[in-house]
Amino acid sequence: MRKAGLLAVVLLAVALGFGLKVGFVYVGPVGDAGWSYAHDQGRQYLEKVLPGVETAYFESVPEGVEATVKLRQLAASGFELIYATSYGYMDSVLEVAKEFPNTIFMHCSGFKRAENVGTYFGRIYQADFLVGIVAGAMTKSNLIGYVAPHPIPEVVRGINAFTLGARLVNPNAKVKVVWVNAWFDPATEKEAALSLIEAGCDVIAHGQDSPAANQAAQEKGVWSIGYNTDMSKFAPESHLTAAIWNWGPLYVEITKSVMDGTWKSEDLWPGFEKGVVDIAPIHPAVPKSVVKLVETYKYLFQKGEYKVFKGPLYDNEGNLRVKEGEVMTDHEIWDMYWFVQGVEGSLPSSGE
Amino acid sequence: METVDALLQATIRAGTPLLYAALGELVTEKSGVLNLGVEGFMLMGAVSGFIVTNITGSAFMGICVAAFVGFTMGTLYAFLTVEFALNQVVTGLAFVLGGTGLSGFLGKGYIGKTISQVPVWTVPVLGKIPVIRAFFTQDWLVYFSYLLFLLVWLVVKKTRIGMELSAVGENPRSADSAGISVYRYRFLASALGGALMALGGAHISLAYAPMWVENMTAGRGWIALVIVIFAFWDPLRALFGAYLFGGVSALQYRVQTLNIGVSPYILGMLPYLVTIGVMIFFSSERARRLLGAPSSLGKPYLREGEK
Repeated sequence: MRKAGLLAVVLLAVALGFGLKVGFVYVGPVGDAGWSYAHDQGRQYLEKVLPGVETAYFESVPEGVEATVKLRQLAASGFELIYATSYGYMDSVLEVAKEFPNTIFMHCSGFKRAENVGTYFGRIYQADFLVGIVAGAMTKSNLIGYVAPHPIPEVVRGINAFTLGARLVNPNAKVKVVWVNAWFDPATEKEAALSLIEAGCDVIAHGQDSPAANQAAQEKGVWSIGYNTDMSKFAPESHLTAAIWNWGPLYVEITKSVMDGTWKSEDLWPGFEKGVVDIAPIHPAVPKSVVKLVETYKYLFQKGEYKVFKGPLYDNEGNLRVKEGEVMTDHEIWDMYWFVQGVEGSLPSSGE
Repeated sequence: METVDALLQATIRAGTPLLYAALGELVTEKSGVLNLGVEGFMLMGAVSGFIVTNITGSAFMGICVAAFVGFTMGTLYAFLTVEFALNQVVTGLAFVLGGTGLSGFLGKGYIGKTISQVPVWTVPVLGKIPVIRAFFTQDWLVYFSYLLFLLVWLVVKKTRIGMELSAVGENPRSADSAGISVYRYRFLASALGGALMALGGAHISLAYAPMWVENMTAGRGWIALVIVIFAFWDPLRALFGAYLFGGVSALQYRVQTLNIGVSPYILGMLPYLVTIGVMIFFSSERARRLLGAPSSLGKPYLREGEK
């Protein structure tokens, strides 16, 4: 491996002459309209904003050995900064980072760091809160359906923020959750959405990578909310808005810090204040007053003046979880594995 | 629509891809050819149907091309396993991997694209009768699956062709000496079976969830394989099997919405638990005989003195 390391240093020296070479590894195809697509938009933004930067990417890289190989390949060919954009790349990143101490790795949504490995994620729950406001305002049956991928804190956090948003404008709103136990299975996602519509839900939200739930809502003539990217083209009449990722600004900031030499290994978890998360354009059927309210909260998030998870917060069994006047710490938010009041659904007891 | 009707309607909708695939596998296996590649066939059907529909704007064209792709793959499969007598388990698995990879490659540019989906059409009169209407408020591909089921059932159970097909699968040597062309039957059964499997995939990408994403059949090809065993190689039982699995997947979300405390993991495991159970049962030779699997299933036929 020393040879490879040497090669990397040589290539690095060459590369530096032309500017910074930045590599990306994606778990899905760049055209998935979801997670990897959003990251690739960020990459393109980075290239546009920082002209000295040269980028390259590998797409559809499965977690495991193949990820290790691709990361190594990037590092060995002189990429000085590498973004690994899937939680499951964690161990591969740490392994390769050890072999290439002069290469900087940024791992998305993970929690293990090293001298040359930092982690980052975005506060998408802030966007979930905003789209929740729209859903709460638009439901007539006071029943909102949520097609949820996996019962893990990341998803639970989003559902909770969504519910708090919905109940901010509509205290009677309830959010009904069904688990499909997959990030990606359009046929089942659609079936889950249809079952929610049959159960009386007139707004359908989801945390899936495919727009199947939006399509189901469009077919049945109810409202829907997208996730990851603007999914309106799949359900033009039904799509109210979507909680979306906007990685570009964060990628620019991190890359700049590497160029100036100010980069250090840390965990970044920005939200609206850095523009990492956003919401898709809101459907014209949504009343102006609601849009105004959403914009107000968005502004507050941008200024860092509003916290979604603050007391008093009750769980859906009526227990007080966060006292009046208290604000949940980042650590508590990160590990959140209970539903707030207003969520109808159950969480399998976790094996933590 | 009443809850029962809605559930029944969802059952049929979810069962249709399985019905197509199971019928395809059944026809193939009847002739003595085991095709484990169903998943790969379905994915290729799904992607080719979607691409053609996206380009031409006609779902009908998409369906035709999907069937053609399945037919071609089935012919290729027969070429390898019947003509060259390659190991059918290995070749089948190769078709799963190949079909998954190739469909992902071909579909790359079509992820996130939209199409006009196969429309739902309510049959007059029948579509108004409670309960029965669940069968008659479906998309065109569902109606086509009824028709194909009838056709397969008739041919397999009631015609000379069906008898000869079974003979080829049971004892190819005797069939051969009786003047039945073993190769022709096996070729045709594989090809037509492949076309049916591909249609199952096309139902998912053109009607059920009209979009293309990699791996979108999500293991349904394997379930179809189980259904055929479940059905003891009988088309009518295959129909029930397909709808049973469809019912399980439709019911699991509705059970969750009723707030009944069953872990989603247990519910999600159901199809696979059943799969494993049946596989264990099937792996014993005695059980196979008991179930009535075609005696020469998976064994290539070589004429003595030839090749």
